[in-house]
This record gives sequence, C-alpha cells and structure tokens, in this order.
Amino acid sequence: MFGNRTKTAKLNGRESVFVKRKRTFTLIFVSFIALFLLSSLITDYNAIGGFLSLPKAFVWSIKNLVPNATSWPRVPLIFDNLVETALLSVAVTVCSAVCAFFFSLLGTRTMRVNPVVGRAVRIIAAFFRNIPDIVWALLLLFAFHQNILSGFFALFFATFGLLTRTFIETIDEISASCVEALHATGATNLQVVSQGIIPSSMATLISWILYMIETNVRNAVLIGILTGTGIGWLFDLFYKRGDWGAVSLVVLAVVILIIVIEMISTQIRKVIM
Amino acid sequence: MALLEFQGVCKIYNNTTKALADIAFSVDEGEFVSIIGPSGSGKSTILRCINRLVDATQGTVIFDESDISHASKKDIREARKKIGMIFQHYNLVDRLSVIENVLHGRLGHKSTISGMMGRYTESEKEKAFQILEKLGLVEQAYKRCDELSGGQKQRVGIARSIMQEPKLILCDEPIASLDPSSAKVIMDHLSNINRNMKITCILNLHQVDVALKYASRIIGLTSGRIVYDGPPNHLTKNKIYEIYQSSEGELITDVW
Ligand SMILES: Nc1ncnc2c1ncn2[C@@H]1O[C@H](COP(=O)(O)OP(=O)(O)OP(=O)(O)O)[C@@H](O)[C@H]1O
Ligand SMILES: [Mg+2]
Repeated sequence: MFGNRTKTAKLNGRESVFVKRKRTFTLIFVSFIALFLLSSLITDYNAIGGFLSLPKAFVWSIKNLVPNATSWPRVPLIFDNLVETALLSVAVTVCSAVCAFFFSLLGTRTMRVNPVVGRAVRIIAAFFRNIPDIVWALLLLFAFHQNILSGFFALFFATFGLLTRTFIETIDEISASCVEALHATGATNLQVVSQGIIPSSMATLISWILYMIETNVRNAVLIGILTGTGIGWLFDLFYKRGDWGAVSLVVLAVVILIIVIEMISTQIRKVIM
Repeated sequence: MALLEFQGVCKIYNNTTKALADIAFSVDEGEFVSIIGPSGSGKSTILRCINRLVDATQGTVIFDESDISHASKKDIREARKKIGMIFQHYNLVDRLSVIENVLHGRLGHKSTISGMMGRYTESEKEKAFQILEKLGLVEQAYKRCDELSGGQKQRVGIARSIMQEPKLILCDEPIASLDPSSAKVIMDHLSNINRNMKITCILNLHQVDVALKYASRIIGLTSGRIVYDGPPNHLTKNKIYEIYQSSEGELITDVW
C-alpha cells in the first residue's frame, strides 16, 4: 500500500512535467505572435502587403535585370573586382585564423597558463565576435575612410572573435586527452602544441577556416558597398546609375563566385578529413 | 629509501569535493601495486598527484628522493620524464602513426626545438622498433592510430611509456575498455615489464580478481582513505566488502 502511494506520486510528478512543457510551448508561441503584431504595429509594417508585393518585384526583376548589349563590355571590370573581393576574403580569413590559433591556445583548458588569462581570452574573443562585421566596418570608416583597410579589418576582427572561440572549444574537445598524455611524458608546452594539438585538431580547424572563407566572401560583398571597394562598390555604382543590366551581371558573378568557393572548400574538406 | 612516498596527502577539488584525505604510503622499487576502490574513491587522483597532473592540496609526495609536490615547473618535467603513464582511453594522437606516438615518449629528453620538429636520433628510432617488436606491433608501425583496435592502442600506450625509460609506470584503469582476452595480453605485458625491466608499476583497477592475480600488493581505497594496504593473500572477502562498502551478494565478483 505504501509502495503504491509513492508510485502514484511519481506518476503525477512525471505528468506535471509534461503539462509544464506543453504550457511553456504555448506560452512561447503566443508571445511570438504578440511580438510580431506589436512590432508590425509600431513600424507600420504591413505583412500581407509585403508578401503581395513579392510577385511584383519578381516580375520587375525579370524584365529589368537582364544583361543587355551595353553591359557585356563591363565583364572585365566586374571580373577584376570579383577577384579582388575573393582574394581579400581569403587573405583576411587566413591572417585572422593564424592569430586566432595562437590566441586561442591561451584560452584552452588544456594549455592555458592560468585561469585568469583563460578568462581574459574568452572575454576578448566575445567582444570581437559580438560586434557584427558591418558595425566594425562603420566604425572603421571613421579611422580609414573609404579604403580597403576598413573592410579588411572589419572582417578580420569579426572572424578573429568567432574563430578564437571556436578554436578554443575544438582544441579542448579533440586534443585534451593527448595533451594530457604528452604533458605526462615531460614534454614542453611548445612540443605539446606541435606534436599533439596541431596533428590532432588541425583538420577540424581547417574545416572551420574554410567555412569562414565561405561566409566572408558573402560578407565582403556587403561590406564593399559600405567601404567602396571590390565587387560591392561596383554593385553600388551600377545600382545608383540604374544600369540594371550591369547590376544583374554583378549579382550573377557573385553567385558564381560563392558556388565556386563552396565547391573548392568541399573538395579540400574531403581530402583532409 | 623508497621510490615513492606519500605523506599526509589531501586533495580537495574546487574547495568543495574532498577526494583524498590524509593518504600515506610508500612504494619500493620493483613493486607491482594495484589500487582498488569504488568509483569516485580517489584512485585517479592519487596517480595524478604523483606526476602532478593534479596538485595535492596538502601533504608531500616524494619521488626518487625529491619532493615533487613542491617542485618548480622545470623539476616537475624532470620527474615526469621518469614516470610513464597509461590511460583508460589510451590518449594517443590518433591522426599520427604508431611509431610517431611511440617516439613521443622521448619528447621530455629532447630539446624543445627538435621535439617540436619531431627529429629523433637513429638510436631512438631503433629502440622504438625494438619495443614495438616486443609488443607485437611491428606490422602496425606505420599505420595511423585510429585504425587500431583498443588492445593495440593500449600496447602503443605501453610502448610510449617504456620509450621514456621510466622508473615508474602509472596505469589508470589500463584494461577497463578492453575485452577479457586483450585485457590479459595487456596485463601480461605490464607484468613482464615489471619483472624483466625492473620498472615499478602502480595500477588502478576495477577488477578485483585481476588485481589479486597480478599485484604484489593491494591498496584499498574508500572515499579518499586507505582502508587496506598489504599483500593480496591477506585481502579477505570481508575486507573487499568493506572497501566497496557493500555486503555479501552485491558485487559482480560474487556471481562466480
Ligand atoms: N577535475 C575534477 N574537478 C572536480 N572534482 C573532481 C575532479 N576529478 C575528480 N573529482 C572528484 O574527486 C573524487 C575522486 O575522483 P577520482 O577520479 O580520483 O576517483 P576514481 O577512484 O578514479 O573514480 P573512477 O573509478 O570512477 O575513475 C570524485 O568525487 C570526483 O567527483
Ligand atoms: Mg578514475
């Protein structure tokens, strides 16, 4: 009898967990709807009208955004700027990754010199990461004006923050066990890095770097609009002139670039994994 | 003079978890000691206090006539060179070859630069192959470690620790992830190393029967305290129940 009662109590306890979960879901759902309605109200945004105008925009694009005879001669110019943007993204990501690697070593549980330094590294990484690259670009415009350096450092900082954080976690997860073993043999920290951490986690780190190159190519296009460099600058130029044929070529070029970069990085991943 | 001596060692993790309380024992050269005790009793903590992967909160650990618990970073590394360690999960660099992992045992003996570059002398390489031969791993020498079975990985772990030419080998549950037959191979190798190479071994074991069969001495640990320290043939059934804080019929060994 006693056992029975505790059993019922347990069952009730379990049921209440389900009830609670259901209530949480409902609550979250309702709050989303409320939030949406509220923000539409405040910004005068008409959701239905917005969606209804999509077909119109589509039709307009098809009519106007077609490369025409006058836009073809722009291909070499577009190509040059496309290459500039692509190379910049790759260069930025690689530079930033190298810095992030050494910096992240100070933040890993397995290698860090002391907990205070480890904490400081994480805070600094969070600072760089939590400011979006677009905001970095705007800030840097004050320092460098419309210059390729603003774009470079904007991407550099954002990438640095994100990669530092990711590298710390990757290294702590993948290399911790062999790092422990190598330390136990009496190896020095530098030996542990080059004989343990690099061989065990490099493939995963490179995979992250490739991912960042992919994202940075996209971001570089946007940032270029702000900083007046690369393919983004060209887009802005044609757009403001209303040269729709050339704009469509630029868009096409960007799409092709992104696809090519993704294909290359998929291949590299296959080889190193 | 004993090779290893614990004097009143306490370990408290994060100011809260008391892992070791007033541990005192000493180990002579050539002994084959097995530490047994329930999960969380502090076995791994004891081993890690010896090579300073964990710092004791209180007390002194003396290894090879020097106080290791208060040693400088450089002296810790000197001591670690003389102490091999074998892990439950092998802790190899999986993406490197077997031979490279074995040669890692020499890192402590080399200059930082040549260790970083992985430059080893001919005699070191020769020695590595001799050890692999003894452990039956020569065919695997150039394979990547992630292609090996658990038993083979553990033999690579053993090879790496012998490569150090250590005075002491610490084994933290060396056979806990292995099937009974690979486990026997590993235990036989460790026993051989102890007898033929005169290397002292301290093993954490979960299998009481294995400990009784191989060890020359058993240390029983219960919640951070030593409750038994003596030869295996003096370890009575009741004492085992006391170590594991259980009663007749509750241990897996009671099944036989
Ligand atoms: N890094 C750590 N941080 C905090 N507490 C720890 C840490 N390592 C161990 N402990 C605690 O110290 C106590 C002893 O742990 P230890 O790992 O030495 O036990 P063990 O006998 O090796 O157990 P097992 O047989 O499960 O490996 C446990 O209560 C454990 O929770
Ligand atoms: Mg343990």
